[in-house]
Amino acid sequence: MSQAASAAISSSPGALSRLVALAAVAAVVLAVALVAGPRYGLLLLIGLGFGLALEGFRFGFTGPWRRMILERDASGLLAQLICIALVASVAFPLLAANGAELKGAHAPIGVAMIGGAFVFGAAMQIVLGCGSGTLVNAGSGNAIGAVALPFFAIGSFAGAYHLTWWTNLGSLPVVALSGGPGLAITLVGLGAVAALALMVGKPGSYRLPARYWGAILALAGLAILHLVVAGQPWGVVYGLGLWVAKVVVAVGGDLSGSAFWSAPGNQAQVAASVLTDVTSLTDFGLIGGAALMAWWRAGLASPVGVLPARAWGAVIIAGLVLGYSSRLAFGCNIGAFFSGIGTGSAHGWVWFIAAFAGSWVGVRLRPSLGLEARK
Amino acid sequence: MIRAHVTGAVLVLIVGIVAFDAGTAEPLNPYTAPPMLALGSGMAAAGAHCAAPPPK
Repeated sequence: MSQAASAAISSSPGALSRLVALAAVAAVVLAVALVAGPRYGLLLLIGLGFGLALEGFRFGFTGPWRRMILERDASGLLAQLICIALVASVAFPLLAANGAELKGAHAPIGVAMIGGAFVFGAAMQIVLGCGSGTLVNAGSGNAIGAVALPFFAIGSFAGAYHLTWWTNLGSLPVVALSGGPGLAITLVGLGAVAALALMVGKPGSYRLPARYWGAILALAGLAILHLVVAGQPWGVVYGLGLWVAKVVVAVGGDLSGSAFWSAPGNQAQVAASVLTDVTSLTDFGLIGGAALMAWWRAGLASPVGVLPARAWGAVIIAGLVLGYSSRLAFGCNIGAFFSGIGTGSAHGWVWFIAAFAGSWVGVRLRPSLGLEARK
Repeated sequence: MIRAHVTGAVLVLIVGIVAFDAGTAEPLNPYTAPPMLALGSGMAAAGAHCAAPPPK
């Protein structure tokens, strides 16, 4: 890269550059709306909003859990719980009144689901990126996130390929809370977790920084808008696996051996344009929004960290595991934890407990994998 | 290498996925697209989601 180009990246972009960037983003959204349909353009815009909010407010899911485990700082976890409570407060009445048009992120609790969530929790601490976090990290120039992303997608495809085998190990029927009583139970549950986190956390954890409040309001608003536009809650990992399934089919691969990928709905989605897949569009938007925000505040000039070879190996394996386990767990931190609890699914609560336990293990694995200095 | 290189590579990957898909997937038809909002559309939600249970 030339010195002039480096200087342009390290300094804040000028007003004209920002205007051009915004016009380019608007043109892409408009183009998708015109060629695919207005709903799909709007979903891309919502995804961009998620990326801008997560990167702009420096908010995520992995970091707050890590700080809760290592430093007893409960503030980030508290912010997540408040955000889910806001989403639930709107989503429950919407789902109750419009059950034919809207659906929640409801999935069964099972052996593989619990194991998948535990493993996902460990892997997300190893790469310091969950479902949304890996996309945001990749978009904002984090090399670990960028390397993990394609392997996350491959793992998601493979996990979905084998999903029926795993669920046959043992699953309960889907349990979903609904209506006023369901919302009350959900809010009491979120309040109880928040109270426990504050009891265990260090004093002062209840004081949330202003950026957390910004993230809470932005993410909750976008998540509710997503439900209204798409008819389903925000999710991440289905789209990643779909991209790989499309490549497999395009090169002559046969998906008929998978009950999941050969199901009529998934076959149709593999054949249809990626610009009509809900999670693909919001995933594209997440990456694009994070990239835009990182560029906007001149955050792309810092050098990429140097890691030992075994650390990169760990990132690749963790990426595969993140993708595979998130399918077994019926979602990542977004599809299962955020959207699952936010729309009343009991599997979201079980996912949270299992993934948090996995995170405790993952936090302790990082030094031995060469991803951070031993203390 | 700086972060801009990584972001650039990721954006190229995304554009590549969309371009590859445009050449292999069914053509788009905005006239058969669903309404902008699912809420109030009278149509059942049909999108795929990671929490959806697998087919029996």
